[in-house]
Amino acid sequence: MTTTDLAVPDESAPVRRHALSRRHREWGLAYLLLLPALLVFGVFTFYPFLKNFKLALYQNPPYPGLPSHYVGLSQVGSVLSSTSFHQSLVSTFFYVLMVVPVGLLGGLLLAIAAHKAIRGMSMFRTAFSSTVVSSVAVAAVVFGTLMDPVVGLLPWLGIDPHPAILQNPTWALPAVSLIAVWQFLGLSFIIMTAGLQSLPDEILEAARLDGAGGWTMFWRVTVPLLSPTLFFGLVVGTIYAFQSFGQIDILIGPQNSGFTHTNVLLYYVYQALSIQHDPGVAAVLSIVLFIILLVFTLAQMRYLERRVTYAAN
Amino acid sequence: MSTDVRPGIGKIGAGVARVNFAGVSKAFDGTLAVDDLSLEVHDGELLVLLGPSGCGKTTALRMVAGLEDPTGGTVSIGTTVVNDVEPKDRDVAMVFQSYALYPHMTLRKNIEFPLRQQRVPAEERARRADEAAATLGLGDLLDRKPGQLSGGQRQRVALARAIVRDPKVFLMDEPLSNLDATLRIQTRADIVSLQRRLGTTTIYVTHDQVEAMTMGHRIAVMKDGMLQQVAAPQDLYERPANTFVASFLGSPGMNLLPATVVDGALEVDGVGIVLRGAPLRIADGPVTVGVRPESASLTATGIAASVTLVEQLGAETHVICTLVDGTRVVVRQGRKAVRPDLGEAVAIELDPDYLHFFDAATGDRLADDR
Repeated sequence: MTTTDLAVPDESAPVRRHALSRRHREWGLAYLLLLPALLVFGVFTFYPFLKNFKLALYQNPPYPGLPSHYVGLSQVGSVLSSTSFHQSLVSTFFYVLMVVPVGLLGGLLLAIAAHKAIRGMSMFRTAFSSTVVSSVAVAAVVFGTLMDPVVGLLPWLGIDPHPAILQNPTWALPAVSLIAVWQFLGLSFIIMTAGLQSLPDEILEAARLDGAGGWTMFWRVTVPLLSPTLFFGLVVGTIYAFQSFGQIDILIGPQNSGFTHTNVLLYYVYQALSIQHDPGVAAVLSIVLFIILLVFTLAQMRYLERRVTYAAN
Repeated sequence: MSTDVRPGIGKIGAGVARVNFAGVSKAFDGTLAVDDLSLEVHDGELLVLLGPSGCGKTTALRMVAGLEDPTGGTVSIGTTVVNDVEPKDRDVAMVFQSYALYPHMTLRKNIEFPLRQQRVPAEERARRADEAAATLGLGDLLDRKPGQLSGGQRQRVALARAIVRDPKVFLMDEPLSNLDATLRIQTRADIVSLQRRLGTTTIYVTHDQVEAMTMGHRIAVMKDGMLQQVAAPQDLYERPANTFVASFLGSPGMNLLPATVVDGALEVDGVGIVLRGAPLRIADGPVTVGVRPESASLTATGIAASVTLVEQLGAETHVICTLVDGTRVVVRQGRKAVRPDLGEAVAIELDPDYLHFFDAATGDRLADDR
């Protein structure tokens, strides 16, 4: 018995050494293959990301060209307590609240409508998903024209918008969020279509035979089965909405009177950096945006993913 | 059949729960999946639709469910033509191969789902779900979700969801295919006893001839969308209508040997087969002779062959032989028989009392009672 016990390590030793060296070789190859991507990410993502934290601790003088000086966390405090930051935060949340649910629901309804084997349906699918590939600038110009106080849709209908929609403190934010919804609809439609196509047909057929009508089918069967897709769409949509910039810059711009109401966080970052030339404030704001997105995403993963049902058949 | 007072029955029309296919066809993009199917499933019967994959058996079943629309002909349940009746109004319950349970609902909710759609009051719903669950031995699992169950348990939930509705017809689409061999035999017996007890008309689709033989009151064999034969299992085995049915049923299937009839006498591979009784009432010329593996034996004299494979199955042995012309013949031996070696030259004797004769060209059974 003892001999056997002793013999085992002796016999397996060379095998283990071989296995170890093989594992090392595999790791080496893995890192080698990862290196190009790591370099690109390192230079363009991780380095600026870390540098941002340093920038947040330095205050810039009011005149460009003078050296910035270390102020520690005091700059963070002053930005976080400023009125314009609070206003920006409120605008951002309203904006996200308007864009994400409407975009997701719209995408889902379009996907359900297009999820039928009808001749020519691919044409509709292409049309519904086309907003993904349209540029923000083009979309902004088109919507800007539609909302124009002189040649737009409202004057054409005989309504005189005063002040103009995009200058109106009440309507400017919903107006730009409408463009974001329109653009997100394409992505949302693609995500929902992919989700619908992966649903097991037999479960939907079983529900039909069990007597489920359209409404029950949608709420009690389709939506729960789609919950992983809806969850994914929610995370992607939230990140997308928090990062809106183009349409606000093109349609509103910093000089517009509707400006304070549409100054969402990302736009505020741009404005602090490019208009006010204040990298310190911009750094603080982008860290806040990062933390908000991180918390949102983690919260969604933690609390919503539990309620998601993955088909286990 | 008793008078129906169950909810939903009136939609189909009272009367016996028979299912009738009258000249039913179904084409997908020009390809005929079901070709002019005429078949009557009797009230209370378990009819098995048997055939290889792609033979149209599942399509036929789905047309009864209303999940596919026939291209031609009529499908009736009871006395009502249901071609234009919505699936939910047909009063049929289907059990799918993949179980098709609702993964986000507990077993109780799964089983109650069809009753909820019929607006059955909550108390009655709970009572009937409990009964169905008890019938299938699922009583203590009702609060679990399908993901927490084994394949066999999931299939029982699917059965419970079907029986809780007390439907006119059960439709089962290869319900045992995803189960392992032991569980399949167990569940097979459970389904048979359940069906016999409930007496509900059942159409059962399978490609497994053992399932078909053991479960069905009658078996309908299909091939390439066409019905080949409908008969009780033993009749199908003993009097197959054509060479396809003959070789598809049985494990292994019937041996088919090219032969010649000369003046009412039979020659296989140049060897005359001694027939008992009257000469064959078959015209002279080529004919296909069918013989079951258990009706062939290895003897000293007979049709010359060589042994190509010996499969030992414990209780019996299959000796696979090749005739001089290349025809494969399987001989089933009992436990006590002497097993030949591979490559050994042997002679095969056919039991003249159990020969089947088929047209050499069409493969159809030739009338000669033996």
